[in-house]
Amino acid sequence: MIWAAVIASAVGCYALKLLGLSVPSSVLDRDWVRASAVALPVALLAALTAVQTVGDAQRLVVDARLAGVAAGVVALLLRAPFLVVVGVAAATAALLRAVGAG
Amino acid sequence: MIGWQTRRAGIVRDALGVGVATGAYGLSFGAIGVAGGLTVAQTCATSVLMFTGASQFALVGVLAAGGGAISAGVTAVLLGTRNALYGLRLSSLLGLTGLRTAVGAQLVIDESTAMTLAHEDDERARRLAFWSTGLAVFVLWNVATLVGALAGTALGDPETFGLDAAVPAAFLALLWPRLRDRRARWVAAAAVVIALALTPVAPTGVPVMAAAAVALAAGLHWRDALLPGAARGSA
Repeated sequence: MIWAAVIASAVGCYALKLLGLSVPSSVLDRDWVRASAVALPVALLAALTAVQTVGDAQRLVVDARLAGVAAGVVALLLRAPFLVVVGVAAATAALLRAVGAG
Repeated sequence: MIGWQTRRAGIVRDALGVGVATGAYGLSFGAIGVAGGLTVAQTCATSVLMFTGASQFALVGVLAAGGGAISAGVTAVLLGTRNALYGLRLSSLLGLTGLRTAVGAQLVIDESTAMTLAHEDDERARRLAFWSTGLAVFVLWNVATLVGALAGTALGDPETFGLDAAVPAAFLALLWPRLRDRRARWVAAAAVVIALALTPVAPTGVPVMAAAAVALAAGLHWRDALLPGAARGSA
């Protein structure tokens, strides 16, 4: 049963990826469709960032993750390079946990 | 404007960085998979064949919670819907055909999409961003899954290293350049509000999907004002 679930859902996930790439460009020819497609990743990635920062299954939790991401925002505002931003976020969260906060 | 050599090196370096960051999470997926009752082979097959983190964690999570194969599969596929939406945007940016579409499809994930968008102003740059990020994450994610599955829970909790904060920080950093646009900031803010408002009441995965409605509304409202002239019609 586990193999069936793994393979069936892998096929489903691949089909979805392929479907998105294969939608004919004529479908995207209308301005509002193209504009929506431009906005989609922004909306989904922003939502994903938020849920990964304060979501825990079906609860909202403020913990070391929020502090880490906030530190990352400070790094972004200081125009730090990508890897520094990620490193600062991880180090902040790890440090807070090491001292027993969050 | 920086030179192409410099930019290319920067893209590859960032792609490897994203790969290492998500690869570290692959360690935990491997460990969680085995702890959740999958064999090492099943855990690794999930990372190779499914290759979309949220769906994989959901599959293992539902199976481990005794949710049954069907509900585990449905949840995993529902979470994968996001990648179809990414593909809608990526197809015009990448201009893939034939075999490249078939191979590239498997690499359509959060990380490769975000990196492509961060470099959408230049055709070479965005293609390199997509392929280098997709391949770096694919290789490191799968190696890490195997290591994590073999080592089991002995590796310890990835949260100790703050990796659960590193992942959203990485997404935010990749999204950051796009947020210079006022309308994009509105889209992002509304998406955050909707996702967080739905989190306590909707099944896992639905809040992020629901944020797609914001994009639809923004597209209808702003139309061509949202379209970046340089980033269209490469196909």
